[in-house]
Amino acid sequence: MATDVHRPVSPTVTHAVQVEGLTRSFDGRAVIDNLRLDVRPSEFVALLGRSGCGKSTLLRILAGLDRDIQGTVLVPRRKAVAFQAPRLMPWKRVWRNVLLGLPGKPTRSVAEQALTEVGLSHRSDAWPKTLSGGEAQRASLARALVREPDLLLLDEPFGALDALTRIKAQRLVGELWQRRGCAVLLVTHDVEEAVLLADRVLVMDDGVIAHEQRIDLDRPRDITDPRFAELRAGLLERLGVDTTAEAA
Amino acid sequence: MSISHAPPGASEPDISPISVDKGNAAGGDQVALDLDLVPITPASSRGTRVPRWLRRTSGPVLLLLLWQLLSSTGVLTSDVLASPGRIAQVAGDLIGNGSLTSAMGTSLQRVAFGLLFGTLIGTGLALVSGLFRIGEDLVDAPVQMLRTVPFVGLIPLFIIWFGIGEAPKVAIITLGVTFPLYLNVYAGIRGVDSQLIEAGESLGLSRWGLVRHVVLPGALPGALTGLRYSLGIAWLALVFAEQINADAGIGFLMVQARDFLQTDVIVVCLIVYAFLGLLADFIVRSLEKVLLQWRPTFTGR
Repeated sequence: MATDVHRPVSPTVTHAVQVEGLTRSFDGRAVIDNLRLDVRPSEFVALLGRSGCGKSTLLRILAGLDRDIQGTVLVPRRKAVAFQAPRLMPWKRVWRNVLLGLPGKPTRSVAEQALTEVGLSHRSDAWPKTLSGGEAQRASLARALVREPDLLLLDEPFGALDALTRIKAQRLVGELWQRRGCAVLLVTHDVEEAVLLADRVLVMDDGVIAHEQRIDLDRPRDITDPRFAELRAGLLERLGVDTTAEAA
Repeated sequence: MSISHAPPGASEPDISPISVDKGNAAGGDQVALDLDLVPITPASSRGTRVPRWLRRTSGPVLLLLLWQLLSSTGVLTSDVLASPGRIAQVAGDLIGNGSLTSAMGTSLQRVAFGLLFGTLIGTGLALVSGLFRIGEDLVDAPVQMLRTVPFVGLIPLFIIWFGIGEAPKVAIITLGVTFPLYLNVYAGIRGVDSQLIEAGESLGLSRWGLVRHVVLPGALPGALTGLRYSLGIAWLALVFAEQINADAGIGFLMVQARDFLQTDVIVVCLIVYAFLGLLADFIVRSLEKVLLQWRPTFTGR
């Protein structure tokens, strides 16, 4: 069993996430095998990998939702998760969903502020069932941001959105991250998304970080930039996708 | 994979029949002009002059008229079934001398108490076994066993235990109400989406916070379904309970009427039962409308 799970990071350590020797097994099969991961404060890290490579499991561990682990995992006390499905409580209006689980007795204005930040203040009184997919995802983001996290964990948050909404949502996340300055770990299978948003892209394979790619392009990034295409192609190759065939 | 593709040489003959078809279609313009066109009339214009509610009420009204006809021609004698007119008159009399209203009061009180106790016990047990694993181990098996006992069969035992006053009647209703509520609330609690529970955990909700903000609201639709079942059973249990050793209430009126072959009074009492049942259903449905307006499947309003 882990000994140092979820102890807050001490100020001297310049890490928002520190993982060492992490192993998580399902029925004797190690999905995460002696993994090492460091994320600096206010760094945007994207985690790529084929489905079933354990990237979502890693995120769940960092979120504290999966504790059957071995190894050392250090994460900030204030962390927040946005899942692929928005997972709003259908029986609570949007603003109550945003405030859910906050300590003390936060007033509605706190929720309104976060909703304004994601451009959803006009739906604050709505039931979640009346939100569109993009709106629900933004509400979920507001719910994460209102916690003022030092670490924001995003589990394929754009996966269920249509192409146009996804572009807007990606842009929004990029802006929010620049404004908030929190560390972000984005789990995704979309290489373009990873290159667009992240400072550093990690490729996970066989339960470890198999490859690391620093993205030094200036922001806002241009997907038509040849360097962008080059990075994208390199990462796709790492993931086992033949880019020359795709180009044809 | 590539085997399924047609060889390049074969593609030409594949296409050519299509182009021949196209040629036909071009020639077919002439034929299209000669087509016999049939107008599609809008549904609203197809003369539904009788409104739906009128058509729906006409069935029961016709039945009532037939009943009255059979009674007044003497085919249906009054000791088999009294005529609708007679029944209306008797109902008026019973309300006039206050016996029906006082009987209704007594019966309603029994149902109210039975429902109250049954709801408390049923939901209480369901919470214990739904929320705690140890509670489930201790509570669920006995409840599932007791559930299979037909509660009406316990009337003799209840009379021995509680005498012939109000207690055995309330107890029978309580018993009938408890189980459907227990089952539905329990299923509701256990049916709460685990993804939402996980989301609640990730938001930092405590155990009690999870119960209050996630589990209980999630179990509410099930609980209300259980309440509706329970109400139905409560009236059934009331009828059974009141047929035995009652000295007041609607059931007592019925037993008395049976002794004097007053089919009119019996029918009035049956109508009262039906009416009260409808009323209870209406109350629960209004409750659902208010409490479950968040539900995606909600279609009311």
